Formats: sequence, C-alpha cells, structure tokens
Amino acid sequence: MTAPRSFSSTAEAFFGGVTSAWTSVFFLVLCGTYIGIGALAHGFGLSSWWLALSTVLVWAGPAQVIMVSAIGSGAAPIEIAVAVGLSGIRLFPMVVALLPLLRQEGRRLRDLILPTHFTSVSMWVESLRLLPQVPREWRLPFCNGLSFGYMSAATVSGFVGFYLAVGLPPVFAGALLFLTPISFLLSTARGARELVDKLALVFGLVLGPVLAAYQVQLDLMWSGIVGGALAYGVHRLREAAA
Amino acid sequence: MSETLWPYLLLVLVGFLPNEIWRLLGLIMARGLDEGSELVLLSRAVATAILAGVIAKLIMTPSGELAGMPLSLRITAAVCGFAAFLLARRSLFVGVAAGEAVLLAGGLLLGR
Repeated sequence: MTAPRSFSSTAEAFFGGVTSAWTSVFFLVLCGTYIGIGALAHGFGLSSWWLALSTVLVWAGPAQVIMVSAIGSGAAPIEIAVAVGLSGIRLFPMVVALLPLLRQEGRRLRDLILPTHFTSVSMWVESLRLLPQVPREWRLPFCNGLSFGYMSAATVSGFVGFYLAVGLPPVFAGALLFLTPISFLLSTARGARELVDKLALVFGLVLGPVLAAYQVQLDLMWSGIVGGALAYGVHRLREAAA
Repeated sequence: MSETLWPYLLLVLVGFLPNEIWRLLGLIMARGLDEGSELVLLSRAVATAILAGVIAKLIMTPSGELAGMPLSLRITAAVCGFAAFLLARRSLFVGVAAGEAVLLAGGLLLGR
C-alpha cells in the first residue's frame, strides 16, 4: 500500500492517474485481454476499426466478447441486445459504489458523466483501491487519467491482437483467453477489504456456474442479487451481534 | 442498409445502448449517497457477486480456444494461481503468471 499522493494541478493529477494505469499489473492484463478480443474480432470477420470504436463506446470486456461472437455469427439483434444488457447489469452497482468517492462540494452532475462512462471492472477495482489515498479535490482528474490510461492501452491492444491473430497456436490463444478470468479473480480477491466483499466473491463464484448449470434465466443477475444480499445479510448479522 | 455500415449501427443499438443504460441508472441512483452508506455497501456486494459469477463462468464454460482445454486443467490452473497469489503476499503478477504457466504447461503436455 503506497502513501497518500497529493498533486498541485488538475493536469498533474490526470497524468498521475495515467501513470498509475500504465504501471499497474492491470495494464498487462488489459493488454492481454484486448489482444484476445482483437484476435476474436479478426476470427469473426469484423474490422479492426469497428473493434476500436466498440472499445471506446462499450468499454466492457465481457459485453464486447458477447457482441463480437454474436454479431460475427449472425445472431438476432434483439438477442444480442438482451445478452449485452444482462452482462452490463454489474455496471450499475459499480457506478453507485464509485461515484460517492468522487463527490465533492460544488461538483456538477455533468462532471461525473465521464467517470460514469469509464466505469468498468479494471478501472473500478483500481479506483476503489487507489482513490481513498488521493485527496478528494484531485480524485476526479486522477480517476479520468486512470481510465484514459486503461482505455488507450485496450484500444491499441485490440489492433495488435487483430493483426497477430493469424499466427497464434491454439494453446497460446487459449492462454490469452484465460488471462481475463484469472486476473479478475485475483484482483477482486485483492480488492476485497471487508468480510462482506470476501463473502460476495465466494458466493458469486459458486452461484454463477450453479445457476447457469440449472439453466436459470438471467443467471448472472440472480447470482449477483442472491450472492450480494447473502453477503450483506451476514455482515448485518455480525454488526447486530457485535 | 449498406454492408459496411450495418455492424456499426448494430454496435450502437445492441452494444452501446443496452450497456450504457446501467451506468446512467447508477449515475442517477448514486446522487446523495455517502461512500460508507449501507446502500453503497450492498451495491458493492452485488457488483462483486455478479463479477465473481462472470469469472467462474469464464473458467467453467469458456469460449474459443480455451474451451478446447480440459475443465480439470482450467480449474487446476485457477487454484494454483490463487495459491501462488496468497503465498506471494497477494501479488497479482505472481498469481496471474503462475496460473498461466500451469495452463500453458498442461496444454502443451496434453499435446494441443
């Protein structure tokens, strides 16, 4: 854990965020993930510019993987919209948990639109870990810089993967796809500070595949609501007992 | 509809909009909430559990080339990665590298 950081200007805080992004282990992970998605887009016959635009507009790995494979295989648009919409539900509680960290006296709603759009797993995990160490006045530019750092790395990596795709042997392509779950698993475990976070992680890991195996409709939404509520319930019971 | 523009229109309609709506909903709901408030704590738990569900599904029922590797290998690699992460005092890099090394070694040994 590093010492609290302070900045003297908005630009300095922004570049502090960019530097944090480019020197974190997430940088490597994000590059690997988007190289994988780039390869996937190539395989499904989408253009590299289409992928770049989807990275900037959608900015969510799982949603992009769903889109690339579904559009590429010619699924019905409504089917794709529902799948993407379901995968995006997790962004809602993330935004709700993130924005209070950025709030400050005199902060306008429109200042929060950019960090709202930037909210995605890697940025969220790192923001929740780093922002409490940043003085409140510099949190917004720091967070935007962090997000910009990640998004630019992801966009470039998409192109790299797209043009690398031709020669990658299957084992290495598989290892590239494994980067996303293993890194998200470990980063979430590292970010889980309190018991409620740790329990939510364990419950979600168990419920996700179990609900999917029983072909429960909207399985991810239910694993979140049930797993999250259970974790929160245990936390409340312990508080009440203490 | 032109062949070249269709994927871009799809991108906005079935990619951007259904995803972005959740972020905007969060923006509206987060107004006036305190970072230590119970609702934020509950939101964090729900977000973590959904993410954990996605992670588990990506390991148990993956897509693409990863699906060609045996389930036991994928789970072993994830468990080894987690163990290395804990042993290396919660180092993300060590954990990811260990998990990937086990997966690659297993994949190459199985001759794929």
